[in-house]
Amino acid sequence: MLRQLEGSRAVAEAVALCRPEVICAYPISPQTHIVENLSQLVKSGELSPCEFVNVESEFAAMSVAIGASATGARAYTATASQGLLYMAEALYNASGLGLPIVMTVANRAIGAPINIWNDHSDSMSQRDCGWIQLYAETNQEALDLHIQAFRLAEQLSTPVMVCMDGFILTHAVERVEMPDQESVDAFLPAFAPRQVLDPDEPVSIGAMVGPEAFMEVKYLAHAKQMHALELIPEIAADFKEAFGRDSGGLISSYRTDDAETVVVALGSVLGTIKDTIDELREQGVPIGAVAIKSFRPFPLQDVREALGHAQRVVVLEKALAVGVGGIVSANVRMALAGIQLHGYTVIAGLGGRAITKDSLRGLFADAVADRLEPLSFLDMDWDLVNGELARMRASAASGPHAENILRDVGTVAAGPV
Amino acid sequence: MFEVRIHGRGGQGVVTAAELLAQAAFDEGRWAQAFPSFGSERMGAPVVSFCRIDDHEIRTREPVVAPDALIVGDPTLLHQVDVFGGCKPDGFILINSARSLDELGLAEFAEGFRRERMLTLPAAEIAREHTGRAVANATLLGGFAAMTGWISLDAVARAIRGRFAGAVGERNVAAAGAARDFVEAELLELSGASPA
Repeated sequence: MLRQLEGSRAVAEAVALCRPEVICAYPISPQTHIVENLSQLVKSGELSPCEFVNVESEFAAMSVAIGASATGARAYTATASQGLLYMAEALYNASGLGLPIVMTVANRAIGAPINIWNDHSDSMSQRDCGWIQLYAETNQEALDLHIQAFRLAEQLSTPVMVCMDGFILTHAVERVEMPDQESVDAFLPAFAPRQVLDPDEPVSIGAMVGPEAFMEVKYLAHAKQMHALELIPEIAADFKEAFGRDSGGLISSYRTDDAETVVVALGSVLGTIKDTIDELREQGVPIGAVAIKSFRPFPLQDVREALGHAQRVVVLEKALAVGVGGIVSANVRMALAGIQLHGYTVIAGLGGRAITKDSLRGLFADAVADRLEPLSFLDMDWDLVNGELARMRASAASGPHAENILRDVGTVAAGPV
Repeated sequence: MFEVRIHGRGGQGVVTAAELLAQAAFDEGRWAQAFPSFGSERMGAPVVSFCRIDDHEIRTREPVVAPDALIVGDPTLLHQVDVFGGCKPDGFILINSARSLDELGLAEFAEGFRRERMLTLPAAEIAREHTGRAVANATLLGGFAAMTGWISLDAVARAIRGRFAGAVGERNVAAAGAARDFVEAELLELSGASPA
């Protein structure tokens, strides 16, 4: 049914259609509306049987999900930002144990400085924790990916994160096609756990493994993700057959056939990128885009095929690997090993800074003319940065960065520290 | 594409206004995208929300920087926030105030815009009369429908009723209707015709 819904509501309803039996969550912006909506669906009895567990922290949220999943229950949670970091230890346990938990990450920056707005620092920080990571471009795709995620997770017995841009998607009200229960039931079979804790047939899960077998057990998580490279496109194809929509997959290409310049990105910024590309195409600029839908596993071969014929690749990233630069770029470069082309990393949109078409137009013009530095920062206010660097040089006790810079911006009206 | 920016303060229903507008456009078979500019989520703080309306899928996610229409839900923002930033000379501007543009000190500024597209509306007063509260978001949408013609009052009314059940919805629909009447009378007067 076609409806106009907030992204969080759409995801909550899609999760409910997947019939989770345990939902455990701790609220954190911008994830809150998702779990609020789910708690209401459980309380009203619309989602039944399902237990909604209000936990005391994100560490507990993931721990409860682990416990629930190990008993054979379909388990779901959602988080963002510091909440994801707080459950980091449990994330590794979920993947190491091979438990098919599905979790939404409503992408948000990580402090300090504290910031509630969107970027990809949170999920990128957990890229190697063994979870599959899928990135949604629109609310329709976010909704669809959750339905696909449960099937993928349970087929592989491995956990899946669905990442959607906080506020930009979670709080955007837009048109979505909501599937009916019957179609979702047909697409997503009942959970048949690979391992199960059952008091009638006691087993243990989570044995200590020494040097004699640790590498082998760890490798299995990698083997599952390599298998996911085959399963993700299969599930997306099945989804299209069942629901009539292209959603998910490993990557998707936009106007890349004859593109000399290809922009690579993840998530909702692709909408703005595509609109900008259409404008540039009208002016005759051969430019296209590649959306990475599955960041873990990283589809090396698909990315290589999609980008290998370009003259230059611009990777637009919403996270910064401090001390080196790009995270997605490093993976893209691995995919392009041995191929000579210009590669540019652009860090953009950190902490919710708007990525506008104006800025993208300028950026792409610079890229096409090969005027970009290997690493650049979109719309960075260098006066602010240089002002603080100068203060640091002038005094060993120049004070806290955030407060100093906010004073320069005029946000903090206080006098000298 | 038609882009709307709504300014107000936390607690005045600024985000809801954008969502109702999007719902109304969806109801009329169009594509619409509403989203807030989040920041200090507290009562009284300046808040901005956005709505885009088009006949096809809306892909862009940037904030509305050059609005086709602007709704200022709180006149105390006029000299505090750059509410008019990016406004187009032929764009629509609707300000919630019982005072005239002259009285608001905007006479000179208004010369850069089309007279029939820059109006004040006593939305808080209308809302208080019909709903008992000065929350003017639904009321402003009634005036917006009449001024821009971009959305029908019927669709706005359905969106309001869909969001607020029972008497609250009906009172807000009545307020939106009264705002529509006010703006239509204003436009008639501006066109030089005498009111019927």
